[in-house]
Amino acid sequence: MAPVTRTQLMPGVFLTSVHTQKFKSSVLSMTLLTPLRADTATANAILPYLLRRGSEAHPDLSSISAALDQLYGGSIEPMVRKKGDAQALGFTGSFLDDAYSLDGTTVLDRAAALMGELLLRPYTREGAFCPDYTRQEKGNLLDRIRAEVNDKRQYAANRLVEEMCAGEPYGVNRLGREEDVEGLTPASLWARYQELLAHSRLELYYCGSAQTDRVCFVFQKALTGLPREGGYDLPETVVVPSAAEPRRVAETLDVAQGKLTMGFRTGGITAASPEYPALMLCNALYGGTTTSKLFLNVREKLSLCYYASSMVQKYKGFLMVSSGVEFANQKKAEDEILAQLEACRRGEFEPWEVEGARRNTVSSLLTILDSQGRQEDWWLGQAAAGLTEGPQELAERVESVALDQAVAAAKALSLDTVYFLKGVEA
Amino acid sequence: MDQIRYERVGETLHRCVLPNGLSIYVDKKPGFQKSYAFFATNYGGMDMRFKLDGVWHDTPAGVAHYLEHKTFDTEDGNALQDLAANGASPNAFTSTSITGYYFESTEKFEENLRILLSFVSVPYYTQESVDKEQGIIGQEIRMGDDEPETQVFYGMLEGLYAHNPIQVNIAGTVESISHITAETLNLCHRAFYEPANMVLCVAGDVDPERVAEIAREVLPREGRAPVERDYGEAEPPQAAKALWEKEMAVSTPIFQLGFKDTPPQKGGEWLRWNLTGQLACEALLGNSSPLYARLYAQGLINESFGYGCEAYPGAAFLCAGGESRDPEAVREAVLAEGTRIAQEGLDEALFQRLKRAAYGNAVRGLNSFENICVNQAMGHFQSYEYLSFPEVYDSVSKADVEELLRRAVTRERTTLAVIRPKEARA
Repeated sequence: MAPVTRTQLMPGVFLTSVHTQKFKSSVLSMTLLTPLRADTATANAILPYLLRRGSEAHPDLSSISAALDQLYGGSIEPMVRKKGDAQALGFTGSFLDDAYSLDGTTVLDRAAALMGELLLRPYTREGAFCPDYTRQEKGNLLDRIRAEVNDKRQYAANRLVEEMCAGEPYGVNRLGREEDVEGLTPASLWARYQELLAHSRLELYYCGSAQTDRVCFVFQKALTGLPREGGYDLPETVVVPSAAEPRRVAETLDVAQGKLTMGFRTGGITAASPEYPALMLCNALYGGTTTSKLFLNVREKLSLCYYASSMVQKYKGFLMVSSGVEFANQKKAEDEILAQLEACRRGEFEPWEVEGARRNTVSSLLTILDSQGRQEDWWLGQAAAGLTEGPQELAERVESVALDQAVAAAKALSLDTVYFLKGVEA
Repeated sequence: MDQIRYERVGETLHRCVLPNGLSIYVDKKPGFQKSYAFFATNYGGMDMRFKLDGVWHDTPAGVAHYLEHKTFDTEDGNALQDLAANGASPNAFTSTSITGYYFESTEKFEENLRILLSFVSVPYYTQESVDKEQGIIGQEIRMGDDEPETQVFYGMLEGLYAHNPIQVNIAGTVESISHITAETLNLCHRAFYEPANMVLCVAGDVDPERVAEIAREVLPREGRAPVERDYGEAEPPQAAKALWEKEMAVSTPIFQLGFKDTPPQKGGEWLRWNLTGQLACEALLGNSSPLYARLYAQGLINESFGYGCEAYPGAAFLCAGGESRDPEAVREAVLAEGTRIAQEGLDEALFQRLKRAAYGNAVRGLNSFENICVNQAMGHFQSYEYLSFPEVYDSVSKADVEELLRRAVTRERTTLAVIRPKEARA
């Protein structure tokens, strides 16, 4: 087992470090955590992209790319994520592990330094962000928000969340709002950036062959000059335990296939709950795997769709079912999806279904340890939620959860919102 | 089994060929939780016309993919469920030239391997189950109809090629698959699922000798030579069409540019073409090329921009695409840059930097078991050793890249495919 250590480097700055020899690369990330709010989300969402455009020492894309090429084609990606009610803003980088460099030079120090430079010392004009970069990145952010409609499956999922969690922080789009982009200026963004640097929690991550002491030193050095003025706490994610009468939303787009998404509240069960492993098992039994009720019935038995699956938003306490069906089959699919939930609530499972669901859940947790990127995302989410449990510990809890606990989790689900994206009538 | 050490990438490969003709490769990966097995046949969407037992057969578009879906059926049920019940994550894909079945598991590796080898090699297609699959695959095709990236890529292939079957949708159409029967599937299984036309690639902390023993036990003892295929007459060097267009419900135009090249010979030449083609893309319009920075700053491309090169029997091309408000302007800029490089040559320092980055990226790619196994399989089918890429990179010169660009990036070899936004008639 690769040891995971968590170290506080500065006030409100934490490093999660995984020491392992098994990968060819090292992955590092720097992420600011801030409350997800409608009035700041748009400005926040542009910042990683704007910072990625240039720094004092590398003022444009070409010079950043050249530096990354020298670091064996390393990557530094701007990231905007939603973790519960927090908006996570920053960079994730992947670099060749020092063991494989051609001339024995170390990559880690230079990689961390470059990332720290992008975060802390942007390319500026007259004491604010460069107007050209700002204008271009505003255009890109608009494109990014508008492009969400291009992936219909994801779009239907996003729309469900917006509808279901309207009025809750979680209902805010991680990229913000289209109408707020226009008003962003180099000066207003600069002020927002200073505010974030001084008052947001900063989560750092490293996974690779370097010893933790060295990693601490390298990150500390890369972050020299980070202002720290307090107020790093994140509010707890709002969890709505149950829903009353289901709400229905239907929208029309020029599509060939309908997209059905259904959102359920989990009775207040989240990643922080003792019942969380039971909810994971319940999800696997219901729609999380190819042995699940949804896959075997909605797809295999009734041939209604190519995909019908469920997934849990673990920090929010919400389960989503999604499927792509012919417009005319919406009702049929919805009825079957709910009928299968009833079967779960009655505990109608063959032993192989239970075994398959459990093995899949355990395996999907353990394989997180084989992926540097998935581990990074895991630890970021845990940090935002104030949790310390690792994938392996959670897998152990899944091993010992009883079937009737999973049935109880199924009984706790309540349907909140049904969203259907349908085509234009011919 | 033979053992080959690829010192420069730190990998050890065990390999052998069974008497029935099946080639086996095992990449030993100590320290990982999961093991990954990939069993593939050299048979994909483009293999529609072939000669078996002296008779030429023409099969409908989409058979290879349909076969992939139905191959999971066994006399006792469904192998997907058998594997999933063991906690494995099984799946399969059909590409233009290969079909691969795989699983990833953290336990019961040998049992899972037996299931994999058995269900793929033993056909069990009933007319009833073949008929039932029409609905599921029909929905998969409809889903693809709504995916602009899928549509625009096929559009580009249609533009580049006069008749090569790589332009035919791998899944077929709702109409073409309606002609598929259990008899069609049996015929194609007999033609292409022969050990000598297949390869087994494994990555993980497993015993290579056991992998070979299990394959010997489960698979037929004897095999026969692969069938002859027909992809039609050789393609002319120029693109069939300069422009391909379609309207869909998208937010901004989505384009794909294709540049038709001369297909490489099998063997080391194939790998060399792939690596040279990738470098040519990087030099012409890659993330750290001068053109990329210019197009990005002009707002003509954004983060969705991607590029690559692909080679198939009788077809090879470079391509690049993404979202753009003016795809024609992107095409003109790329052609002009191609002409500039053809005249002035590449900057030596840029070329060395790009090579270093490409090498680092390829090494980092070895973190992914799927990537290792799929590349190993493709290399086997085209008679080259994938893991020899560091040596091949050493031998690719600036002149090689310039020559490829001079040859392929010309107006008559270029196709532009564009999906334009259609106003929704709500």
